[in-house]
Order: sequence, then structure tokens, then C-alpha cells
Amino acid sequence: MIDIFTKYGNVLWSGFGYTLLSSFYALVGSLVIGTLFALFEISPIKTLRVIGKIYVEIFRNIPLLVIAMIFYIVVPQYFVKIDGFTAGTIGLTIYTSAFIAETVRAGIESVATGQMEAARANGMTYIQAMRYIILPQAIKIVIPPLGNQFINLVKNSSVLAFLAGFDLMYQGNIVASTTFKTTDTYFAVGLLYLIITLPMSYLMRYLEKKWSVEGDEA
Amino acid sequence: MAMFAQAYQWINLKYLLEGLWVTVEVSVISIILSFLIGAVLGLTRYVKIKYLSAIVGFIVDIIRNLPLLLIIFFTYFGLPNVIGIRFNPLWATIIAMTVFESAMLAEIIRSGIVAVDTGQMEAARSNGLTYWQAMYHIILPQAIKKMIPPIVSQFISLVKDTSLATIIVLPELMYHAQVIYGQNTNYMIPMFVALAVLYFIVCYLLSLLSRYLDHRLSESPEEA
Repeated sequence: MIDIFTKYGNVLWSGFGYTLLSSFYALVGSLVIGTLFALFEISPIKTLRVIGKIYVEIFRNIPLLVIAMIFYIVVPQYFVKIDGFTAGTIGLTIYTSAFIAETVRAGIESVATGQMEAARANGMTYIQAMRYIILPQAIKIVIPPLGNQFINLVKNSSVLAFLAGFDLMYQGNIVASTTFKTTDTYFAVGLLYLIITLPMSYLMRYLEKKWSVEGDEA
Repeated sequence: MAMFAQAYQWINLKYLLEGLWVTVEVSVISIILSFLIGAVLGLTRYVKIKYLSAIVGFIVDIIRNLPLLLIIFFTYFGLPNVIGIRFNPLWATIIAMTVFESAMLAEIIRSGIVAVDTGQMEAARSNGLTYWQAMYHIILPQAIKKMIPPIVSQFISLVKDTSLATIIVLPELMYHAQVIYGQNTNYMIPMFVALAVLYFIVCYLLSLLSRYLDHRLSESPEEA
């Protein structure tokens, strides 16, 4: 395996970079779109609620690969030329945004409306109540699941391998097929994925535990 | 519209449904295997047997944090070099899915049990139940209620993820759709529409099942 790293390290690290980049873009994009649809879902306007619901249900129940392939082969055929990396990242963004919408919606709903009323009754302005009471609680509820979504994004970004997206999995396959050392190569690729996902996963578990204990005391 | 009518001629639909059948087959076998293995692993991790639980926990964490696609590649291309047996795409997929999903389910099951108040265990023990009696009669029934929604969403992910096996030429739904639009690019949009609809139906039925179970369980009186 060390052999693979010394000879093909730069190829794998470049894939690692693309994996991180794609996951990062998709996280930012899906956070924005996901929050928007979460707000749709809790909106007092019925049409928006229906739109939010339909969006979330559709994209949660279709494989990421199908969504990514639509952007990779259907969109260039009939609309605009886009490369595999872009197509994959758009696919990841749309797919993940449906999950983030659910996470954010649950987060907002779990901070009881009574909290806002109590804060206002104690003389806080709306902004103060948001700043000191509602948001700190909502963020603590939302951050661990969002961290887990980022881990999922890093793992799911491996679909870029289907789309010639130059990510870690794609480069790993190239190394595996040139060296024929499939076992060693896939171990090396796995190790690189774990560098990102394993520490994230332990951090999120720690935060979940820490914040849920604090929440119980409150 | 002529494009759709042609793409959906019976021979193509039949071919798609054959693919869907493989998808369902792989999903059902993997769901059953990974649920059983995941339950054993999750419990092992929870009950804290010296060394064993720590080792199981570490392996579960490693597998959970790897992409499923990597595990599929490894099972199909890498594993034969290690153990000298080459699996066909069907079994390679089932093995890869089972390994990955067992780890995911183990974590769901462990955290589901942890979420049931430890006070419950203490109360049961002080009422004279043994550890395993308390586990079976008090802790697990409550934990299962909490676990059902995440477990079913994991199964939905599993069904969706079978599409990845198209890369090792498993003749499932996604692969069959690719074969059809590979013959005629005009069939591309109809095939993607069909894929979206078929996967949606299967996954949505599963999520309805989750809602139904959730409803049924919350109707039964609280033991707490």
C-alpha cells in the first residue's frame, strides 16, 4: 500500500482534493436550497407548503445516481454542455438539499414557539429573543445532523466516478486498473476517505452528546 | 410524445421490469441479512463485552465512514485477490450492501437503545428482572419504537444505492435502462422518467410502511 502512495500519491491526492471541493460546494449549495425549502414547508401559505413537500419527497426517493446521470447525459444532450464534475456536484446538491430541508425543518419546529413568547414576555425584543434564545438552541439541534450530512456528501461524492469527475474514487479506479494492485489501491482510497469522514463522525457524536446533556440541564 | 410511446413499447417495459425485479431481489436479501447482522453488532457494541465491543465498534465506525461504492468495488475487484474466490455481480452486490448496511444499522440500533433512559434498566433490575429479561421486556420494546423511522430510511437508502451496482454490470433497473437508451438516444428522457418513477414508487411505499408502523406502535399503550 505504501508502494501505491509513493508512486501514485499525487494522483490520489488530486482526487482527494476534487472530492473535498465537490462536497464543499454541494454542502453550501444544499444548505441554501435546503433551508429555502424548509421555510417553504413551514410557511403559512399552502401553495408553498405543497411545493416544499413535493420537492423533498421527490428527491429523497430517487437514487443520487439517477439525478447525477440526468445532469451528466441528458442536460448536455438537450441543453448546455457541462463537465462531469459540475454535473455530479449539481446532482449532489439537489439530492442533499432534500435531506437538509428535512433536518432544518425539524430543527426549527423543535424549538417550541413558547420559547419565543416567554422571551418576549420577559421584555426582550424579537431580535434579542432570536439572537439569545431561539437561534442558539436551533443551531445546537441542527449542527450534528448537518455534520452527518457533510459526511454523507463526502461518501456520496464517489458517484463522480461514474461521470469522469476526477474525484478520489475515479482516480482510485484508474490507479487500480493500471497497477492491477486492486486490493492495495482500494485500501489506500479507503484510508483517504477515512481521513475526512472518521474525525468528522467522532466530532459530531461528541457534540451531539455534549449538547444534548446541556439541553437536559436547561 | 411519439418518443415516449416508442420508448415504452412492451419489450422495453418488460426489460425494465426485469431489472426492477433484480433491484427488489438484491434489496430484500440485503435488508434481511443486514438487519440480522446489524442487530447483533449493535447489541454487542451496547452491552460492552470487554475488548469485543470496542473492536466491533471500531470496525463498524470504519465501514460506516467509507463510500458504499468503494466497498462494492473492493468486494468485486479487490477481494478475489485476497480470498481467491470471485463472486458474480449479484453476490458481490449483496455482500457489499450487507457489510455496509449492517454497520449503518448497528449504529442506529445502538443509539436507539442508548436513547432509552438508563433509569429504565435500573428500575427493571431493582424490580428483580435479570439483565436480559429487562432488556427483552423493558428496554428493547421502547427502543424499537424509536428506531423504526431511521431504520426504514436506511432501507430506503439501500434500495436507492442498489443502482450503484450498475458499475459492476449487475443487471438491475439502472443498468437495464442504460442498455435501452444506449440503443437509441431518443429513449434517454423517457428512460430517466421511468427510472425516477419506478424508484420513487418502491421507496415511497417503504416510507408509507414506516409511517404505518410508527402509527401502529404509538397507538399501543405506553409501557413507560
